[in-house]
Amino acid sequence: MIPEWLVPTILTIITAATPLVFAAVGEAVAEKSGVLNLGVEGMMVIGAFAAFAVGVSSGSAILAILAGAAAGLLMALIFGVLTLYLMSNQVATGLALTIFGLGLSALLGYGFVGKTFGGLPKLDIPGISEIPVIGPIFFGQDFLVYLSVAAVIGVNWFLFKTRSGMLVRAVGENHEAAHSIGYSVTLIRLGAVLFGGAMAGLGGAYLSIVYTPLWVENMTAGRGWIALALVVFASWRPWRAFFGAYLFGGITIIQLHAQGLGIDIASQFLSMLPYLATIVVLVLISRDTTKVQLSAPACLGKNFHASG
Amino acid sequence: MRKLRYLTSLTGGILAAAMLVASGSALAAEKMKVGFVYVGPIGDHGWSYEHNQGRLAVENAFSDKVKTTYVEKVAEGADAARVIDKLASTGHKLIFTTSFGYMNPTLRVAKKRKNVMFEHATGFKRSNNVSTYSARFYEGRYVVGKIVGKMTKSNIIGYVGSFPIPEVIRGINATFLAARSVNPKVKIKVVWVSSWFDPGKEADAAKTLIDQGADIIMQHTDSPAPVQVAEKRGKWAVGQASDMHAFGPKAQLTAIIDNWSPYYVARTKAVLDGTWKSMDTWGGFKSGMVTLAKYNKAIPADVVALAKQTHQGIINGTIHPFAGPVKDQSGKVRVKAGEKPDDGMLAGMNFYVEGIDGSIPK
Repeated sequence: MIPEWLVPTILTIITAATPLVFAAVGEAVAEKSGVLNLGVEGMMVIGAFAAFAVGVSSGSAILAILAGAAAGLLMALIFGVLTLYLMSNQVATGLALTIFGLGLSALLGYGFVGKTFGGLPKLDIPGISEIPVIGPIFFGQDFLVYLSVAAVIGVNWFLFKTRSGMLVRAVGENHEAAHSIGYSVTLIRLGAVLFGGAMAGLGGAYLSIVYTPLWVENMTAGRGWIALALVVFASWRPWRAFFGAYLFGGITIIQLHAQGLGIDIASQFLSMLPYLATIVVLVLISRDTTKVQLSAPACLGKNFHASG
Repeated sequence: MRKLRYLTSLTGGILAAAMLVASGSALAAEKMKVGFVYVGPIGDHGWSYEHNQGRLAVENAFSDKVKTTYVEKVAEGADAARVIDKLASTGHKLIFTTSFGYMNPTLRVAKKRKNVMFEHATGFKRSNNVSTYSARFYEGRYVVGKIVGKMTKSNIIGYVGSFPIPEVIRGINATFLAARSVNPKVKIKVVWVSSWFDPGKEADAAKTLIDQGADIIMQHTDSPAPVQVAEKRGKWAVGQASDMHAFGPKAQLTAIIDNWSPYYVARTKAVLDGTWKSMDTWGGFKSGMVTLAKYNKAIPADVVALAKQTHQGIINGTIHPFAGPVKDQSGKVRVKAGEKPDDGMLAGMNFYVEGIDGSIPK
C-alpha cells in the first residue's frame, strides 16, 4: 500500500529543487571556465521578474520563459564585459551584480505586485500519466522540469565528452597554456558566463511562473547563494549538483512534514537541517582531496589578460 | 588690495544670495516633515505595504501642512539606528519606526534628539518622546477562528507560522479557541518556516499542510504565496495583513487587515496641534486598526451571521477572545472562569491553550 502523502511530497520536492538545478548547472559551466560569478542571486531575481512581467503582459508561457533566460543572459553580459574585458575583480563585480539585480527588479517590478499568472501546463499522456506513483512523477511534470534534467545530461556530456567542453575546462585549468596554443580565452569564458546567466534566469523564471506564480520583491530569498554553494560542494560535477539540489529540496520539504506530523524536534533545528545535511553529504562524496583538487578549476577567479 | 576687496564683496554677495535661497526654502519648508522606517519592501503586499498605506493617508489628510519621507528594507539592529538618526537630524518632527526590532535603536536615538517625537510599532519600551502602538490582531483571528471552525470538512486547520514569538502564539491560540467553540473535533497543525518572508518556503509549507489533510490554510507570514497555493489546490485560505483576494479569488474566506491610517493621521495631527504625548496604544476592531476583508460569497449565511455577531461582540466588549476559563496544554488555569486577562499577560503569551497538539519550539 502506497501512503497517500508520498506522491504529493515528491512533487513538492521536484518543484523546490528545479530552480536550484538550473542555477547550479549554469554556474558550474561558468566556474569550469575559470570565472567565479557571485551574481547568481541577482541574475535569478531579474530572470524571475522578466519572466513574470512578460508572462502577465503577453499571456504566453513560452515568451515568459524566453524572457527569463534572456534577462539572465543580459545580466551575465554586463558581468562578462566588466570582468573579462575591463578586468574588474570577479568577486566584487559578482556581489555588485546581485545587489544591482535585487534593486533593479524591485524598481521595475513595483507595478506587478498583486498580479497573478496562470502557470505552466503539465505533461499529460493519456494512460501513462495516470499510472500510480510513476505516472505523476515521471510523466506529469511541466516542461521546465524535463528541461532541467536535460540540461544536466547535456552539460555533463558537453563538458566531459566533447572537444568544445574540453576547451572550456582547459581555459579554466590553465589560461596561459590555452592562449599560447591559439584559443581565445576571453571568448570561451564569455560564452560560459552567458550560458550561466541564461540558466540562472531560467531558474528565476521557474520561481515566478511555476513555483509561486506571482511577483514580490526579493522572491528568490537566497536561492542563488544556495546554488553557488551546491556547485562548490558538488566539486563542479553537474550530476552531483543535481543530486545536491534534490537533497536540499527534499530535506526542506520533509522537515516541514515532520513539523506537521508533530515530531518533537525544534523547528529552528529542522530549518537548519537542509543546509547541514547537504553540505555533509556532498563533502563526504567529494572527500577524496586529490580528486577535488583535480576537479577545482585551477584558474578559478583569476582574470586573464593576453600580454603578448 | 582693491582686488581683495572686490573678492570679499563678491563672496559677501554670494553668501547673501545663498542665505536668501536658504530662507526661501525655509519658508517653503514650513511643512512639517514626518518620517517612516519599514523593515520590508513596500511591495511585499503585506506588513510594510500596509504601513505605507498609512503614510499615504497622512499625506492625503495634511497635503498642505505635512511632507513625508520613508526608508524601506531597513534591517533590524545597528543599521536601523543610523537610518532613524538620519531622519531625526534632517528636520523630521515625527518618526514612525514600524518593526519590533527597532525598539532599542529608536530609544537610543530618541534620547539624543529630544525635540523629535517617535512612534514605535509593536514594542513595549517608552520614554518622554517615544510612544508605542500595536494592533490586536488576535481579535481578527478570533472571528476567523469561528469561520474556519464551521467551514472545515477535514477538521484540520493548517497554519503557516513565522517565529514562535508571543504575537504569533496569541494568534494561533485565538484561532483555536474560537474554532473549538463551534467545532469540538477541530485540530490545528502549525508548520514554522523561520522567516517572515520567503514566498517559496511559505508555499511549500502550505502544500505540506494540505498534503497532511488541512483544508484551510492560515498564515502568519507576509507573502501571499500560501493563499495562492490554497487557490490552486481548491482549498480555503485566510489572507494576512492585506486583502489577498487577488491571489485567491475563490480561496480567500476573508483576510485580517492592518489599518494604520487612522492612528497615523491622529498622531500627526497631535504633533501639528502641539498635543502629542507619549503613550501606549493597542487598537483593535473598535478603533478600526484591525479590520476584516469582505467575506467570501461561498460562506453560508448562518456562518457569516455568527462571524458578524462575534465581530460586534468584540467591539461592544461583550466578547473577549481570551475570556476565562483558559487552560494551557498541561491543564493549568491561565485565565480564571469569569475573568479577562490583562494586556501584560496577552503581550507575553508563551503557551499553547489546551487542545492544541504539538509544542512551541524553544
